[in-house]
Amino acid sequence: MVAETLPPPIAQSGIGHWFKKHFFSTWLDGVLSLIFLALIIWVVSAVWTWGLRHAIWTVENREACGHGSGACWAVIQDRHRLILFGLYPYEEHWRSTLACLAVIATMVLSCVPLFWTVWRLPILWLVGFGTFVLLMRGGFAGMPLVTTEQWGGLSLTIFIFSAVFVLGTPLAVILAFARRSSLPVIAKTTGLFIDIFRSLPLLTILFAAAVVVPLVLPDWLQGDKLGRVIIGFALFFAAYQAEIIRAGLQSIPDGQVEAAVSLNMPFWSQVVDIQLPQAFRNTLPSTINQAVITFKETSIVTIIGFFEVMASGNAVVGTGEWGQQYVEVYLFLAFIYFVFVFGLSRYGAWLETRMRVGHG
Amino acid sequence: MSALIRSRSFRRGAFQIGFLALLIALIVAAALVGRANILSQGMATGFGFLEQTTGWTVGFSVIDVGPRSTYAHMLFVGILNTLAVGLLTLVLASLLGLVLALMRVSTNTPMQIVGGTYIELFRNVPLILQVLFWYALLTHTPSPRNAISFVDVAFFSNRGLTLPVPALSGLDVLILVAGLVVLAFAFRGLSKSFDLRQRILGAIAAFAALFLVLLLTGRAPEMPLISVPALKGLRFDGGFTLKPEFTALLIGLVLFGASYIGEITRGGLLSVDKGKLEAGAALGFNSSQINRFIRIPLAFRAMLPALANQYVWLMKGTTVGIVIGYPDYFAVVSTSINQSGQTLELLALLMIGFVIINYSIGFAMNVLNDRLKLKGRS
Repeated sequence: MVAETLPPPIAQSGIGHWFKKHFFSTWLDGVLSLIFLALIIWVVSAVWTWGLRHAIWTVENREACGHGSGACWAVIQDRHRLILFGLYPYEEHWRSTLACLAVIATMVLSCVPLFWTVWRLPILWLVGFGTFVLLMRGGFAGMPLVTTEQWGGLSLTIFIFSAVFVLGTPLAVILAFARRSSLPVIAKTTGLFIDIFRSLPLLTILFAAAVVVPLVLPDWLQGDKLGRVIIGFALFFAAYQAEIIRAGLQSIPDGQVEAAVSLNMPFWSQVVDIQLPQAFRNTLPSTINQAVITFKETSIVTIIGFFEVMASGNAVVGTGEWGQQYVEVYLFLAFIYFVFVFGLSRYGAWLETRMRVGHG
Repeated sequence: MSALIRSRSFRRGAFQIGFLALLIALIVAAALVGRANILSQGMATGFGFLEQTTGWTVGFSVIDVGPRSTYAHMLFVGILNTLAVGLLTLVLASLLGLVLALMRVSTNTPMQIVGGTYIELFRNVPLILQVLFWYALLTHTPSPRNAISFVDVAFFSNRGLTLPVPALSGLDVLILVAGLVVLAFAFRGLSKSFDLRQRILGAIAAFAALFLVLLLTGRAPEMPLISVPALKGLRFDGGFTLKPEFTALLIGLVLFGASYIGEITRGGLLSVDKGKLEAGAALGFNSSQINRFIRIPLAFRAMLPALANQYVWLMKGTTVGIVIGYPDYFAVVSTSINQSGQTLELLALLMIGFVIINYSIGFAMNVLNDRLKLKGRS
């Protein structure tokens, strides 16, 4: 049986055709278009009325909160210091701000291809991270000492994220190479470690680091709770990142390493000059994705009692004074996360197109 | 001797033995320190506590539980709670994700905008924040007296979502489940003589018939067919109430998970070679046939590994339920540690539980993958 012969397609162009194709290609499409257009208009106008037109912006007008039909952004004006800085001493907030900016600058700089060498990237991160810790901790040059128990708010979130990244990345490289090792004992042990860490929820690992590890470590090795939690988080991150790097290593043709061996290149040089740069380059999109996930997951430390940005926002809602303004506070928190995460993922998308072009 | 040291296989062997010895030494040292610490704090060890009664209970459970339940029973309740919210999430998030993906790959511009905005909004905000938001929203709804009602049969109040349910006993539900399993086997067995549409319709009809028979016979004569909730004092009588903890966690997980699954599904749909779709069109398939016989089967194969990862992730994500007081496995273990002090044993059980759940998902997805993958290709 032969299907009926269709007429050749008619060449179509112009705004009318574009409109027809994207809005009314069939009658069902037309109905759906109208429904979704109505939905978009309704949502945008509702957000506009609630969030901007009828909103209350300043604490002076706070009596109006809860009576009108608008958002009460006064809560943010009143409590933004608590949300952004947590329990950090009020007079020292400038240090926390500077420290945050230092890490954010480091993040932005490490997105610039100029820094993508095996030596520049780690040095950049050590400098940025060191500045952060020195500024936050203080205790020199007239800056009073602020211990990690008082760190909080957005700077704690950024600290945890960057510490996990700085500790976890070298660990991930070691794990990736160990899993590919030709020594069976080492490859198997590492594989088991990675698989178990990947199948456990992050929360259980952080919980174990905070509560259980002190039981099996001698006193002189315990450190403070924040340090243990960060190490636990870094191990979790490394288990995921190691698999990404391993995929990157596998994508390098065998011939390259064989060429290096035949040139009698030392092992270290093979790793640093040939394997790692390509592995990182090939897996940049997945690495960015992993960074995005890690940034969002820093919010989990709230559960084990740290006062990072989400916990401090939650504390604002927990008070009777602003208890009714939970929507505004949660939206503000969501906005903070969104800015970081959306920026990172847009960067990842840009990188992907750039690399696709580069490789033809 | 020096020849022995220079020999490559000797060095490799020695290095591995040294590595193992170091690992074992570390584990033994940790165990010794742990034992010393536990003894000095006067804590009990061993798994005997599993037989003891807990003395506390949890606010949500799919099976009977109370302060007189044993620890073993309580842990089982926790696992069931995790599975209840987790499996429901996987099903609902997959469906919503499919809808989102279809919206984003369609040529309809308003649909693309809505789908794309949804995914960017829900994917870029931490799960725990979303769960807290929905919980705050649900608990700030009016009290049962002033509940928001839908035609006076379903109510939305700060006690949760109260819905009318068919009046079935526990035995009836068991029979229904058994019927479902039998139908599933019959469905496969009949594949020779009937086509897919006939089999699906037949299965639905048989299930509906079984359901009706149970509903009409399994109840006491004076009981109504459907249990409709009614306000009685400060609470609802009859119907079935979904607690706000469960509902908020489920909404949060589904909306968040759907944004990821939507992107995975979209990737799968886009990965289908355009030439195959054109080949279908050239053979005279219409667009729904192309979707059903070519596009979706091929897309499903391509996205299965990523989907398996996402399922495992969502299962692990149920642990954030602890922030709103949903007693999942982690929350139950955590309370048990506080109450009994059996830290190491309970932690081991916690990790074993999650490893088993996640390996089962991985195993099921692998089996599916093996059955679906294109035959004749390695």
